[in-house]
Amino acid sequence: MKRPLVRGMLAGIVLALFGALAHAQTAPSSSAPVAAPPGSAVNGKKLYESVGCWQCHGFSAQGGQAGPRIGPESIALPAFIRYVRQPTRSMPPYTAKVLKDSDLADIHAYLKTVPKPLDPVSIPLLKSVN
Amino acid sequence: MARARKASVNRRSFLKIAATGAAALSAPVKYASGQQVTTSEVPPAQILTTERPGADFMTDVLKTLDIEYIAANPASSFRCLQESLINYGSNRQPEWLTCMHEESSVGMARGYFKIENKPMAAIMHGVVGLQHASIAIYHAFCDRVPVYLILGNTFDATERRPGAEWRHSVQDAAAMVRDYIKWDDMPVSLDHFAESAVRAYKIMMTPPMLPVALVADSELQERPMETGARHHIPKLTIPKPPAGDSNAVAEVARMLVAADYPVITGGRLGNTANSLRLLVELAETLQCQASGGKFPSLHPLNGGDVGQADLVLALEPPDLWNDVNTMTDQLVRTTRSDLKPGARIVSISTDDLYMKSNYQDFQRFQEVDLAIAADAEATLPSLIEAVKRLITADRRRFFEDRGRKIAAARAQARDRALRQAAAVWDLSPISSARIAYELWDQVKHKDWSVVSGGMPGGALWNFEKHYQSITGGQGASSGVPCAVGAALANKKYGRISINIQNDGDLMYAPGVLWTAAHHRIPMLTIMNNNRGYHQEVMHLQRMACRHNRDLTKAKIGTAIEDPDVHYAKLAESMGWYAEGPITNPNDVGPALRRALARVEAGQPALLDTVMQPR
Repeated sequence: MKRPLVRGMLAGIVLALFGALAHAQTAPSSSAPVAAPPGSAVNGKKLYESVGCWQCHGFSAQGGQAGPRIGPESIALPAFIRYVRQPTRSMPPYTAKVLKDSDLADIHAYLKTVPKPLDPVSIPLLKSVN
Repeated sequence: MARARKASVNRRSFLKIAATGAAALSAPVKYASGQQVTTSEVPPAQILTTERPGADFMTDVLKTLDIEYIAANPASSFRCLQESLINYGSNRQPEWLTCMHEESSVGMARGYFKIENKPMAAIMHGVVGLQHASIAIYHAFCDRVPVYLILGNTFDATERRPGAEWRHSVQDAAAMVRDYIKWDDMPVSLDHFAESAVRAYKIMMTPPMLPVALVADSELQERPMETGARHHIPKLTIPKPPAGDSNAVAEVARMLVAADYPVITGGRLGNTANSLRLLVELAETLQCQASGGKFPSLHPLNGGDVGQADLVLALEPPDLWNDVNTMTDQLVRTTRSDLKPGARIVSISTDDLYMKSNYQDFQRFQEVDLAIAADAEATLPSLIEAVKRLITADRRRFFEDRGRKIAAARAQARDRALRQAAAVWDLSPISSARIAYELWDQVKHKDWSVVSGGMPGGALWNFEKHYQSITGGQGASSGVPCAVGAALANKKYGRISINIQNDGDLMYAPGVLWTAAHHRIPMLTIMNNNRGYHQEVMHLQRMACRHNRDLTKAKIGTAIEDPDVHYAKLAESMGWYAEGPITNPNDVGPALRRALARVEAGQPALLDTVMQPR
């Protein structure tokens, strides 16, 4: 870990990314949407770990201080690809030169396989937080 | 010593050489090396002892400043003052703390102040020690924390021992840090030392508070005081901090009462119980959002949605521009204001009295509508009174309605925090939220203090006292010494000090763990061990993305793996109770229980928990 001075900034990025992803879900496409093939979740998991998605979104796509939760409920694939190519906030852009549409489809497929979050009510310790 | 010293006196020339002593000279002298010298080579008898070194007076001076601790890595340039503080001064007020790095000494002083609101001293070589300490001094500077620095030096070239003492001497000791301290001096007499010591303390404690440096010349320390000499120690009077101009305060009050949605950003405010009380009183009087400044984390009015604000009141803001603007870190950096059109900004800050330029910690310039150059804590009482006088019955009803809406939004935030915690509950590597709530369950009814800048993942921790968190100014390497210093301050109150420790930060100068054990400073350290300089991992990834290059190499030069550092063994080797690495989230609770038992018994304890990246 290094430079915790940016913590406040990162918190802002988290909020920004939440907002941006929400926007991406509903925004009309400005470029032709890609008709990607159904993805391979197995390959998507490998890619998720190798190309660095985990760095901001966590090892299980759960989100954290630097990026929002992105699985298992993810935005639709065309919007997902559009956002990854042209992020509107602080996420770095992943172009087709480094990550093909089919790769993104695989990652998207993997994200859908991530286990659903537990219900807070099911965790006794969280029920008694305050 | 391979060769005999020169017979002539070259250091204490004012001491008279004893005329007699022939008896002492009658036998051949054997030096430590075993070399025997003839009588003709033996120097004449000198006065070799004194019971009144100048350092004793320096000790008297330092005692008047009511400094509780002085931290140091030992060094010859202040050997006399160290001996004097320990023996003549009885090692009390200040008490000596043994550190393994000057960065640790100054970092501890910073942490101590942030809890105790009283400065600590750190003493070091004026050259090599100060070089080690420089980053920690810079951290204190950025954090507006006073640290009383004492620099050993030998100014008189004819008094320096050959070799190292030359390399350890300097014409202008404080020059290398002068850009990030507030004041310094190099006294050349004991009276000068006394005046400058008191002046330094006074300047340091006047907002904006910053480190100061005082050179303790070795010759001045070691030279015997003249018999019968009387030196004066000036009385210390700390100036009252400047309160805001009354007309300006009245204008701010009018703006606050008239605003539809004022937001208070507390900035650096809240380090004292009084400033926190005032901050809460102002927010509750106005029933408006407030954030920063250690504003209670679960208070219904906690929030900093400047996007809704028609008026932002910024109190001691460390980075006002960043509070009301956003910059994206893309190839072309873009900025946008987070404020809605027409929103106004008022600032009350001692940063307007700040006078440094080289280091750019003052952040980007932000236009404001009214700026009051004053201490916010000193200004708030009159501002609160002025606000109360202006509130009509209608405005009070409006404020109460506003407060209810803010509180309702806060309740939703609580639900989100719980859902987020549940979502990461069973993850391995372990999530920060799992650590946070396992720990909260065990300390929530005790007197605790988080000494490391917050509780990642612990959005529902109830921070409500000024000592329960440390805010601001935490660069790499500054975390662990600051935490140990804060834990030192907490010790006398019996508080449980909790340090969430980043792995990279610890490895700069881990010797401070030994200092904690040696001085019986109890604290719980939980490793935020993500096995990397993760911020830098993300930066490298960003660059690879930007340049359309290989995305798989961001760990090169940024990971702390192969081998993994065994933090538990590291801590154990320095006298800590330690467990780990812990990777199963279900093991966290029992491990915390065992570690907390050690801490409550007075021992430092470390848990090496392997964590999610962020």
